[in-house]
Amino acid sequence: MTATAETTAGSRGSQPPVPDGAVTVTVKIRRFNPEIDDEPRWDSFDIPALPSDRVLNLLHHIKWYVDGTLTFRRSCAHGICGSDAMRINGVNRLACKVLLKDLLLKGDKQTTITIEPIKGLPVNKDLLVDMEPFFEAFRAVKPYLVTYGNEPTRERIQSVADRERFDDTTKCILCACCTTSCPVYWTEGSYFGPAAIVNAHRFIFDSRDEGAEERLDILNDIDGVWRCRTTFNCTDACPRGIQVTKAIQEVKRALLFKRV
Amino acid sequence: MSLALDKPRSPKRPAARRSNGELYSWLFMRLSGLLLVVLVLGHLFIMNILDGGVHKINFAFVAGRWSSPFWQFWDLAMLWLAQLHGGNGVRTVINDYARKDSTRFWLKMLLYVSMVLIISLGTFVIFTFDPNISN
Repeated sequence: MTATAETTAGSRGSQPPVPDGAVTVTVKIRRFNPEIDDEPRWDSFDIPALPSDRVLNLLHHIKWYVDGTLTFRRSCAHGICGSDAMRINGVNRLACKVLLKDLLLKGDKQTTITIEPIKGLPVNKDLLVDMEPFFEAFRAVKPYLVTYGNEPTRERIQSVADRERFDDTTKCILCACCTTSCPVYWTEGSYFGPAAIVNAHRFIFDSRDEGAEERLDILNDIDGVWRCRTTFNCTDACPRGIQVTKAIQEVKRALLFKRV
Repeated sequence: MSLALDKPRSPKRPAARRSNGELYSWLFMRLSGLLLVVLVLGHLFIMNILDGGVHKINFAFVAGRWSSPFWQFWDLAMLWLAQLHGGNGVRTVINDYARKDSTRFWLKMLLYVSMVLIISLGTFVIFTFDPNISN
């Protein structure tokens, strides 16, 4: 089998020289290959790394020089595209935004970093999950401008104060860190999840949009905002610092008082 | 995957509000919680702290309290609110954690039956309590 033969080599050949000041860390990765494994398994790698490295660098090192079969998503590698959301030491983070120096243990103890795929979505392979249920919930809240009547002949003007109302929720990059950190989402995938509510919030509170009532109706459902238990996991997980729980509460308030 | 704008030029229609059930259940939890703080803490204070605490509680004490409609209403309100508040809380827990639809259904049935049983038994006792059957 070629798959097993490849596991001994990285995709870019032999290891590069170890840089000065490098420390060896153990990277423990929860892996799953649907062609071989019945159950997920843990693989450990001892990797030389600099404190200024990001966790993504460790994954690159493993994939390029140790085990080319390691599978994960990443695109921009600078915290903008939201591709490399994963569970690092038990919390959802973007691998490209976590610095190794923040994970290193004090003294001479060997640091172990555990990396798992984000929870609540089907795992395709290793750290790669099927994002379709997540995007399905996103699409269901109509995350686009909804207007009625004739188009205005000039641009849709908005005051600074009106823009400020949904400023926080415009920052979402759809990385799924928040939704897959939510305990309600883990056990019941039918919950819309924080990310979908954040993106609904972005349009509900936009003075130029006229679809607020439709979106509020959708989120008033049994799988909508009322399933939120305000555990604040989502707010803690958001790599963009969005106050996710606050946004969900604002949607609840809009529903409660029937006022946007 | 394309984002299909559904009927962009259709007239603005009053959106059909499906059901406010979850909203009301959420609101009920907040309001009943506030009331229960007063009712339950008051109850605990009277029964366990004032005048020698639990040692004073006997048939005569309960009979004396329930001779007043105020305490009858207090206990009735506490019984109903605590049952509905707790039952609604357990309902959300079942909704969150039950993985199979059949498990969810039967756990909820069990919950509802126990709620109805305890509420009706308690209500029955409060309204039909007879202080003269002391022996």
